[in-house]
Amino acid sequence: MWMLEIPPFLPFFIGALIAAFTRGVVRNVIMIAIPILGGLHLWMVPEGIHLQFAFLDYQLITYRADKLSLMFGYVFHIAAFIGVIYSLHVRDTMQQVTAMLYAGSGLGAVFAGDLLTLFVFWELLAFTSVFLIWARRTQASYDAGMRYLIIQVLSGVILLAGTLFYAAENGTLAFGYIGLEGVAGWLIFIAFGIKCAFPFAHNWLTDAYPEATVTGTVFLSAFTTKVAVYAFARAYPGTELLIYIGAAMTCFPIFFAVIENDLRRVLAYSLINQVGFMVVGIGIGTALAINGAVSHAFNDVIFKGLLFMSMGAVLHMTGRMNGSDLGGLYKTMPKTTTLCIVGAASISAFPLFSGFVSKSMVMSAALEEGFDWIWLMLLFASAGVFHHAGIKIPYFAFFAHDSGIRASDPPNNMLLAMLIAAVLCIGIGVYPSALYSLLPYDTGYNPYDATHVLAQTQLLFFSALAFVWLNLKGMYPPELRSTNLDFEWVYRRAFPVALQNMFSVIWKTDRALRQAFLVRLNQGLTFISQRNGGASRLLSRTYPAGSMVMWITVILAVYLFLSFITH
Amino acid sequence: MDNEKKYFFDNPKNVKRLMHVFYACCVVLFALDFVIHRHIMHSWENLWGFYPIYGFVGCVILVLVATWMRTFLMRSENYYSNDGKQDPDKKTNTNKKDNDEVGDS
Repeated sequence: MWMLEIPPFLPFFIGALIAAFTRGVVRNVIMIAIPILGGLHLWMVPEGIHLQFAFLDYQLITYRADKLSLMFGYVFHIAAFIGVIYSLHVRDTMQQVTAMLYAGSGLGAVFAGDLLTLFVFWELLAFTSVFLIWARRTQASYDAGMRYLIIQVLSGVILLAGTLFYAAENGTLAFGYIGLEGVAGWLIFIAFGIKCAFPFAHNWLTDAYPEATVTGTVFLSAFTTKVAVYAFARAYPGTELLIYIGAAMTCFPIFFAVIENDLRRVLAYSLINQVGFMVVGIGIGTALAINGAVSHAFNDVIFKGLLFMSMGAVLHMTGRMNGSDLGGLYKTMPKTTTLCIVGAASISAFPLFSGFVSKSMVMSAALEEGFDWIWLMLLFASAGVFHHAGIKIPYFAFFAHDSGIRASDPPNNMLLAMLIAAVLCIGIGVYPSALYSLLPYDTGYNPYDATHVLAQTQLLFFSALAFVWLNLKGMYPPELRSTNLDFEWVYRRAFPVALQNMFSVIWKTDRALRQAFLVRLNQGLTFISQRNGGASRLLSRTYPAGSMVMWITVILAVYLFLSFITH
Repeated sequence: MDNEKKYFFDNPKNVKRLMHVFYACCVVLFALDFVIHRHIMHSWENLWGFYPIYGFVGCVILVLVATWMRTFLMRSENYYSNDGKQDPDKKTNTNKKDNDEVGDS
């Protein structure tokens, strides 16, 4: 069946090409059709290697489908579909084209069966997605996009170096379990880690995502980090180091999220927090934990997309994104408010919402394997994520003090996209078996037992109680217009300032050295001229120009005289 | 805008009602701890009211620590864009018009 050999990224790339040359309804129809048809096609694709070819001595596998990659393939199609609907109103060819290319690159990466193909799509992800940031067309977005691109490309270069080492060490490029052995293992780990927003490498995300366009951020939140999660699940399952990194990722961003004013940046921090849960799951590496990580990635794409969409709707309608400027929007944006609350409940893992059925798997796995302290951190992070994403986002945007803004609900296509995401969030939460049947392992896990439900509900309600109590006491930090320093300070401020100082010192010394040299030279010349006073007086005596004329006249006169006497 | 219509939470009574429902939920959930038999995976879970207390205390600590972090992390809004030479607190309200997207229509 030749249809089988069409790798999933191809329709998207072709779609991008068509989108570049069409406009209006035609383009919209094509852009909607591609994720639907691609998704349906993928649904029928069996597991196995469907496309490969030889390159030099290596076998390149551009299309390998197994349960792990298929799972990400499905959710990427859903994300692309929702994202396309959300951005139907946009009249910006650059965004439409790059969004399709970006979604296609994500698909290419998760179906790549060898490291070289992975590298190609890894870099394509960076180069296509940066245009979604630049499309905002502000100086801030241009700068943030540049920083984003540099870091993403750096990750790609490290991946390429790791790939070369890997090929040298193992004689194959096959992308399977790698593990933390040798130079290759570490290089590839770091490359994945940068894209996965590991601590200290996380600021590209919080820097760039809030600067992207309304629709661009929805796409951005779906693909890049999830590709990295997929890559870790493929190459480093059961690596203990990941547990500790992941636990750190779940905890530290929530502190920043609580004091951050830009609500899309709050969501960016909470994205890191959610990815942390996945990384912990991969690090634990048991069947239950991997299932938890993968299904949480699946759900996160949808509910984080929903939250970014609802905040995008607010930004689109009001032109503002700071918690300090917003509030009271529930009055005129009731639909957006409701949909946002569904997303907030899902990310907070309320029972009957999608986050609950996947996050609890990671937590249970941590307990089962005896990582007590990690479990406590995850529990704290669960309470924290409810605090900043579940309460803070809807509260400061839609309730809190009335900002006086009376913006209406966004265009219908935006509402429809949010509605689809919200339906999926609730659907998966109510009927998790549909999701579980797609997972790589069969664990027979049931999230809905009295213990889990009660424990999670208690945790969340009392977190909310803490919010209420702090608010009543006036101890809750108010939303302030501010920038909070994070690790990015090192490369956005400290490093440039250090360089500046270094160069100013260098220039100062350089100037001082030249000055000293010139003074010396002058002194030397004066000295020499004084010593050879006589000679220099002879050589440098000056004559008036008139004397030269006189001498020429004399020579001519002599010449004339001679010519007279010879004839 | 004096004659603007009243919305649900403009009435303090509604806010109060909502809060009462919420407090009642909390009490019920806490009481359920003693009713429902749970199968425990860890000894900490046996502690009286472990989850509610952990959630409450965790969040209070989270907020207090985050507030304290503001004392040394917070800078003016255009800290990075201003080259940091002088503090630009004088003109905070002039930079918000760049949110209109050029591409969107």
